[in-house]
Amino acid sequence: MKRSTIDIWVGAFVAAGFAGLLFLALKVGNLASFSTSQTYQVEAKFANIGGLKVRAPIKSAGVVVGRVSDVRFDNESYEAVVSFSIDAGYQFPRDTSAKILTSGLLGEQYVGLEAGGDGVMLKNGDRLRLTQSAVVLENLISQFLFNKAAEGKDGK
Amino acid sequence: MAEQAPSGGLRHGLERLGHGITSKIWRLGFAARFFLYILLHSGTAFGRFRLPVREIYFAGVLSLIIILVSGLFVGMVLGLQGYDTLQRYGSSEALGILVALSLVRELGPVVAGLLFASRAGSAITAEIGLMKATEQIAAMEMMAVDPIARVIAPRFWAGVISMPLLAALFSATGIFGGYLVGVQLIGVDEGAFWSQMQASVDVRNDILNGVIKSLVFGVAVTWIAVFEGYDAPPTAEGVSGATTRTVVTSSLAILALDFVLTALMFTGGNAR
Repeated sequence: MKRSTIDIWVGAFVAAGFAGLLFLALKVGNLASFSTSQTYQVEAKFANIGGLKVRAPIKSAGVVVGRVSDVRFDNESYEAVVSFSIDAGYQFPRDTSAKILTSGLLGEQYVGLEAGGDGVMLKNGDRLRLTQSAVVLENLISQFLFNKAAEGKDGK
Repeated sequence: MAEQAPSGGLRHGLERLGHGITSKIWRLGFAARFFLYILLHSGTAFGRFRLPVREIYFAGVLSLIIILVSGLFVGMVLGLQGYDTLQRYGSSEALGILVALSLVRELGPVVAGLLFASRAGSAITAEIGLMKATEQIAAMEMMAVDPIARVIAPRFWAGVISMPLLAALFSATGIFGGYLVGVQLIGVDEGAFWSQMQASVDVRNDILNGVIKSLVFGVAVTWIAVFEGYDAPPTAEGVSGATTRTVVTSSLAILALDFVLTALMFTGGNAR
């Protein structure tokens, strides 16, 4: 069996195809930022998580430090338990608080971490004590409307 | 006598309808058996590695130009149109997401599949049909060479291998085209373009599903192409009819399969 010119074209085509797939996976997708980094798991309970989804970003001071790895419902406290995987490169004090925030008015929801002042750092499996739930727009609007209605009644 | 004519016409019509349906089902069964036969005899095709490589050259490498150029233009059009709509809502930075997701999930596999069906599928059908018309296939059988292992299976596998690679190249050049128009021409921020894209394109949910789609389309298109060629009446008219049927049937198959696959893949994923 001899090598022929067709082989080099087919080889180049297959290589280009895989290069295209690699480009999609690394540059367009986010494979690189994930598989390489070590993470540790932290949990937090929220009364209401709004529209928070698995894989939503966790930000501290605006920098993405991890992703939401799991959202489940606790049957005893009737609260949502959210698991965070935080990049091992970022250490937070034990009294760090977590808030569910929205990027922009109607953007996606993410978790904001605010570092506390404790000297002991969070470790794998810890639970955050201080949490603040998502702001649900409907509740806010109905509260506003009720307040307005009550004001109107008082004025008369 | 006057009453006889319409009832005779009706009977004739019913007969033709029944014959049409039975022959369609017959062909479908034959196509299914043919597919299994290809799978069973593909060992021989890969044993002689030169055969599929030669067919990848014809089906894949020679389709590269049309795939790359169309991918580039589709991406550029997406960049222009997407920018026009997004900037009304003040979110032109999301252009990267729009271009990447629409290419990786839908347009890459589907448009590359349609182009592949008309560029490579029709060529496969015409080639096999002509081999049959000029009795080369019968001659192979006379020499105890299995034409399915020698002619059909290498072409089938070449199409199945080429299609995902072509779709990936289509998406990649399309995203590059969107980048050229969006970032270089219009002036969307380059960092936002790439980072928003990377934040919302998921490797497993979006890219891998796109690859699976293109693989399924590759199987469907090449299966239809080799079957139509093998089943073509051995005349000039028969081969031309079979080539047309390949393009029409495989385009319809791609669009229908795309709907089914999208329903399976993306509705479940988005519900989370």
